[in-house]
Amino acid sequence: MGVESGFSSPRNDVFPAGLRVLVVDDDPTWLKILEKMLKKCSYEVTTCCLAREALNLLRERKDGYDIVISDVNMPDMDGFKLLEHVGLEMDLPVIMMSVDGETSRVMKGVQHGACDYLLKPIRMKELRNIWQHVFRKKIHEVRDIESLEGIESIHMTRSGSDMFDDGHLLGGEDITSVRKRKDADNKHDDKDLSDPSSTKKARVVWTVDLHQKFVKAVNQIGFDKVGPKKILDLMNVPWLTRENVASHLQKYRLYLSRLQKESDIKNSFTGMNHSDPSSKDSTASFGHHNSMNVMQDDLSNGAYSFSVNNSLAQNVDLKGHEGDRKGITSVPVAEPKGALSIDIPDPNKAKSSHISFDHSLGSVDSGLNFASFNSTNLVQYSWSKIPEIQFKQECEPLQLENGFSQLPLPGSHHHMQTEYLQPSASISSGPSITEKEASSSRIEVKPMYDEYGRNHVKHLSPMEAVDLFPVQSKNHTLHNQVFEPISTSTSSMKSPDVSLNWLTDLEFAQRNLNGGAGIPFTSLSEDIQVCWLQEYSALDKGLFA
Amino acid sequence: MEVGQMQRRLMDYTKSLFMEGFLDGQFLQLQQLQDESNPDFVVEVVSLFFDDSEKLLNDLTMALDQPNVDFKKVDAHVHQLKGSSSSIGAQRVKNACIAFRNFCEEQNTEACLRCLQQVKQEYYLAKNKLESLFRLEQQIVAAGGSVPIMEMGF
Repeated sequence: MGVESGFSSPRNDVFPAGLRVLVVDDDPTWLKILEKMLKKCSYEVTTCCLAREALNLLRERKDGYDIVISDVNMPDMDGFKLLEHVGLEMDLPVIMMSVDGETSRVMKGVQHGACDYLLKPIRMKELRNIWQHVFRKKIHEVRDIESLEGIESIHMTRSGSDMFDDGHLLGGEDITSVRKRKDADNKHDDKDLSDPSSTKKARVVWTVDLHQKFVKAVNQIGFDKVGPKKILDLMNVPWLTRENVASHLQKYRLYLSRLQKESDIKNSFTGMNHSDPSSKDSTASFGHHNSMNVMQDDLSNGAYSFSVNNSLAQNVDLKGHEGDRKGITSVPVAEPKGALSIDIPDPNKAKSSHISFDHSLGSVDSGLNFASFNSTNLVQYSWSKIPEIQFKQECEPLQLENGFSQLPLPGSHHHMQTEYLQPSASISSGPSITEKEASSSRIEVKPMYDEYGRNHVKHLSPMEAVDLFPVQSKNHTLHNQVFEPISTSTSSMKSPDVSLNWLTDLEFAQRNLNGGAGIPFTSLSEDIQVCWLQEYSALDKGLFA
Repeated sequence: MEVGQMQRRLMDYTKSLFMEGFLDGQFLQLQQLQDESNPDFVVEVVSLFFDDSEKLLNDLTMALDQPNVDFKKVDAHVHQLKGSSSSIGAQRVKNACIAFRNFCEEQNTEACLRCLQQVKQEYYLAKNKLESLFRLEQQIVAAGGSVPIMEMGF
């Protein structure tokens, strides 16, 4: 059947005009009529007479359609089956049509998830209103995502949720109240066992714990290979059904893709999304709004470049890097979200040190691009001076709080954290960040700063946390240190170009290792500040000396 | 015959088709869908209907001609025919299909064969009427007139 090339992005300002409809019907007469009718409604129509063809079209362009209208009786595939597929894979609203209006059929349609069931002959006026289904779904989706984010946010540092600036959620949409309400609901509701026998199906409340189990399962399976059945099995929650998991998975995917989109926009810098392929996909950490992708440089020393971008969780690979220096952790940055939460769920580790970043972090990601660290130099110079910068990189800790994977120090096995990049800050911490070391590193840091020039020190001094190196992520203080100075220049973070500046700065800094490095570093640090500082300071006020 | 007269004839003829139940409101819908961008819309749709229906009728004939009639298949075909006849408003064809389906359920070959006959009859009648209608329209257009649009007044 004719396929129109109306694969434009969703129309926003003239909704519902331009609504992208996919019509599936094996009857050529109806197909033609529906096409005409829908066009008259100013919708963008694509027709297709086979269910399989429809699925292909939908899969090819995941985001190419807003709604699907399908006949119930089709030769190659049952309309209800198509309905299920579309619901599971694409999560689009589906309207069923039939010349048969028997109650049982209609009921079957609804049970399979149809958002409406139209009887043929279909009138224009019925088609005019189909946009309501798209709209309704969008609203619900937002709420669901919000509630999911809400769940995730609970994992964040205690102050994490405080960090959320309501106004920044969802780009200003007034969903926060809904979200907060949902959070409350999620926290306090009892798990509603879904009782398949009851006519009114009890809705499963995805509590923090449940969601956590879900995410763990997803991570274990591997995001790419995930499927409702596998997740369900792993989760081992007896009362949960496959359907519950399937729908939750849908929402999760939507959430991730939404954050991914945002990160894609921000991801200009370094193309940093490299991560150990193995780890990258497997750990989708949810709810991280800022992602710091530690990209591994090609440098032999294994310096990693961090790019903070909005990419999602997928980049977070916290686990799995045991012994692998190149741990790449990315803490997804969610632009719209006010706070960054670097909470990479690590089944093994407690989430004590989640860092939530202020939404300004979002802009930070530009700054955090250390990508260019090709800075082997950077590393070198900074590290060389420091006796110990070893940050042992434990994969787990990576999860870190800072969500940074350590940057390997040249010549050493250290993994540097992003903080390290800040010349002064990073160096000070000892290799493995433990609380003890933190304090000791704190001391170390100071001298480091000196190396970079007084200016730097100045920058740093306001922050008390010298030990910025979160490496192990246990040290919030470390983070603080690093971040504090940064806070001052959040504005610079906003522009995606910041990262570039940053890189240049780094190089510059390198050259100016011994003196006068202050300036370049300053800017660097500013760039790096990004919002970490704010975050940290808020988070761990107590940590700062 | 001059245009005005032809137009009146067309109107009367169309009206009679509705009165006699050959066509229903859906046909009017089709006419209303027709516009300058698609001046032959109705004719095209009806042509599609003709082609599809004839195929279905053939399939039905063959299916009922089997030693072991597959009623599920027969029913599926009838269902399809019912659907497409409803698309253009061929009311009597549609009604004949409804009756046909009942006998399919009963798995009554004899009755089904009779129904098939009935459906075919209704189909050819409808086809004839519609073709006449279109011819009238063509004549008007050829004579320089415009085809009057039926209003759903009756």
